[in-house]
Amino acid sequence: MPEWEAVIGLEIHVQLKTRTKMFCRCENVWGAEPNTRTCPVCLAHPGALPVPNGQAIAWAVKLGLALDCEIAPRALFHRKHYWYPDLPKGYQISQYDVPLSANGRFVVPGPDGDHEIGIVRAHLEEDAAKTIHVGGAGGRIRGAGASLVDFNRGGTPLVEIVSEPDIRTPEEARRFLHLLRQTVVELGISDAEMEKGSLRCDANVSVRQVGEEGFRTKTELKNMNSFKFVADGIAAEVARQIEVYEAGGEISQETLHYDPSSGQVTPLRSKEYADDYRYFPEPDLVPVEPSPELVAEAGAELPELPGARIRRFEEQFELSFYDADVLNGSAALARLFEGVVVGGAEPKAAANVLTNQFAAAGVDPSSVDAAELAKLVEARDTIPRGTFAEALAASGEPGFAAERYLVEAAVSDVSELDPVIDRILAANEGQVAAYRGGKEGLLGFFVGQVMKETQGKANPKVVNERLRERLRA
Amino acid sequence: MIDTLRLTAEDAAGLLERGEVSSAELVAAYREAIAARDGELHAYLHVTDGEAEGDGVPIALKDVITTRGVPTTAGSRILEGYVPVFDSTIASRVKEAGLPLLGKTNLDEFAMGSSTENSGYGPSHNPWDPERVPGGSSGGSAAAVAGGLAPWALGTDTGGSVKQPAALCGIVGLRPTYGSVSRYGIVAFASSLDQVGPLTKTVRDCAWLYRVTAGLDPCDSTTVELPEPVELPEREDLKGVRIGIPRELNDLEGIEPGVRGRVDEAIRLAEELGAELGETTLPRSVDYGLPCYYLVAPAEASSNLARYDGVRYGHRAEGVDDLTALYERTRWEAFGDEPKRRILLGTYALSAGYYDAYYGQAQKVRTVIKDEFAAAFRDFDVLLSPTSPTVAFRLGERAENPLAMYLSDVLTIPPNMAGLPGLSIPCGLSDGLPVGLQILGPQFSENTLFHVGHALERAIGFDYVPERLRA
Repeated sequence: MPEWEAVIGLEIHVQLKTRTKMFCRCENVWGAEPNTRTCPVCLAHPGALPVPNGQAIAWAVKLGLALDCEIAPRALFHRKHYWYPDLPKGYQISQYDVPLSANGRFVVPGPDGDHEIGIVRAHLEEDAAKTIHVGGAGGRIRGAGASLVDFNRGGTPLVEIVSEPDIRTPEEARRFLHLLRQTVVELGISDAEMEKGSLRCDANVSVRQVGEEGFRTKTELKNMNSFKFVADGIAAEVARQIEVYEAGGEISQETLHYDPSSGQVTPLRSKEYADDYRYFPEPDLVPVEPSPELVAEAGAELPELPGARIRRFEEQFELSFYDADVLNGSAALARLFEGVVVGGAEPKAAANVLTNQFAAAGVDPSSVDAAELAKLVEARDTIPRGTFAEALAASGEPGFAAERYLVEAAVSDVSELDPVIDRILAANEGQVAAYRGGKEGLLGFFVGQVMKETQGKANPKVVNERLRERLRA
Repeated sequence: MIDTLRLTAEDAAGLLERGEVSSAELVAAYREAIAARDGELHAYLHVTDGEAEGDGVPIALKDVITTRGVPTTAGSRILEGYVPVFDSTIASRVKEAGLPLLGKTNLDEFAMGSSTENSGYGPSHNPWDPERVPGGSSGGSAAAVAGGLAPWALGTDTGGSVKQPAALCGIVGLRPTYGSVSRYGIVAFASSLDQVGPLTKTVRDCAWLYRVTAGLDPCDSTTVELPEPVELPEREDLKGVRIGIPRELNDLEGIEPGVRGRVDEAIRLAEELGAELGETTLPRSVDYGLPCYYLVAPAEASSNLARYDGVRYGHRAEGVDDLTALYERTRWEAFGDEPKRRILLGTYALSAGYYDAYYGQAQKVRTVIKDEFAAAFRDFDVLLSPTSPTVAFRLGERAENPLAMYLSDVLTIPPNMAGLPGLSIPCGLSDGLPVGLQILGPQFSENTLFHVGHALERAIGFDYVPERLRA
């Protein structure tokens, strides 16, 4: 049997969280009463003209730089035509042959090395309005009795990022999308929330046999509105294509809809008749010419990006890839980790606490005083488990002080513990003999007895040490 | 008694300044004239009533200029009943200047045409001879000014839609430099060519109205700050002005001898006023101007007219049960033949596989035309030619032949393709009908055009009141 590999490219739409829309000064806000954020420009009244949003251009340049793209000194807006009620002008203002950013790359660190994914382009455009099909299943048009249009979303700024078909597995696609999301969030230019649609992802998928040159026919997969669905949808489509080829069939170019409930992909529309968008340069706008100063400034403002930070954490703190990756799940968590280390905690211990108990406590890392948390991490072995968990849960509260939990900390004084230990060993002679006979697993039983006797206040680490010593004798 | 046929905007402003009339009295006088003569001329699609806002000289606006609360149809049935919720920048500037609105003037549907016969609401008539067209597409504005139904008016010019009707109605019309006047709120025909321009009785009125309307508008990215303030022309000589006569724009087949005769006389007058004359040549601009225009303008129009889909405003087909039918029926029912023809042409020119050969190539030729004009302007300050090859033609004469109609603009299109300003002034009569002289200059040379136009206007002494209407 031949070995198949997937060839995957993503098209990602990132909605910029500018104060106003891309080409008019209507408020750009999610969740407002339908059709309350509109004006003659975004409703395409006769004669209304677009005026570009400077902030959106500056942010798109920033994103372009974060994707290691070349920034066009003179980019063009084009009109892209199609007929649909979500597009009031009958065309979308987008970019075509001279996008703002092109020829970039995005590095996704992995446990097995870096995956570099080429970026074909990252261009600016306006979003379409939102259509809601009333009566159709899941808001879809099939079976709907009426279609409503909410123009609040119409004209909001989007950056469309098109990757090269450099991705080989669904998991890699998920990781790429996840890191890209985190990057735009950390750039402060988008909320990038898939469930709200401020981050959207389509995938171009084909398969080929390992070693095969060139690409086979690809399909376009839509409606994957979570990271999991992106991976699942692509996996389903890859499996389908392999099955078709192995049965001697052919793949036809089409747009597919992924249904997460059934795990199936179904055709959305055939691309038999290629769309003719009749692109031409938007005559209502002059070319976008980002000044070298603007580009330099955007470059200087770029923070350390999460991908790079993962590798730095691995090196600087000698962390495993897994720990470095999890700690970079958000900028706030990464910042907290570094703060805790600066506060005196041992990096590996800090990583352990943050990726395990702290994560389990569900505390917002940005609300935590790193210095206080550092004290807690340092004293973690001297604090009873319950108290430690309690302390972590409270670590995000204003005015949180580790001191209180340290004071409550465990009895470590040997002079207090030894009489208790002696009493317990004396009362359980049979077990003592068994332990000494090789049943070392009984240590836990003695520890439990001591903890019970001290009502949980004993320092487990000290109890362990003392017990071993006494039992050895 | 106010003689609306004779009164210039400058005269009217003088009367207002001296307190001899009020703005309301002026408005009343023009409304009276409209009531008396617009039945014959059909210059207006909508006449305002009640108290008009402003204390200045009243004005009429072509019905592609969006006016808040006042119907704006672009001469199309597809916008029947559409009342804008906003003002175009031009309407705002006119208001800020205190000019009361008399009404909205007729035009070829979406400014596509040269006679107003393509209006969805019936044609306008030429005040010099109501059997003849006033030109177009700003024919309603031209007929209103020439027929004494407005002291001045604004039109729009894409391929010659201000200059040509001004010529055919014996008045002054300016097509400004592309980018000098805001298009915000101007119902778009061909975005890279559309400009708003004044139609007036005198060159000084024209300069004044241009001053009111021109300049940077933050709502239109294609506008710029004027490099110099607009001056009302005073000088009546042309000493030191270098005037070029482009051979092709003057010798073109189809220019009527009477038109050629009046223009030659004007050229001789210019020499007498001290201008230095010379011959020049624009072979490619004249050969390729028109065909390229008929690729660029319909292409942009096909895109600009996509918004008329029956979903949000304007005409909406009834009794349809799916989206495609709604689009098709709405547009089929309410667009006239000329928009349909240009939508088809333009859609074709932008289609995949044809773009490079048509729209792309036409845009490249525009650069060639620009360069050719730029070369001519190295030797000359202005160029002179007829504005229209013919005087006003009879209604119906070209209506069935789109190509003959398109040739009406053969002399105005080449400079428009280069984004250049042009002024048309009346320079005499041929067979009792006005002849227009086209004065062309480089970008932002409006002050020079006004100077040359004003000096020639004084020397020519043309009487802009149509002969049949003179008291």
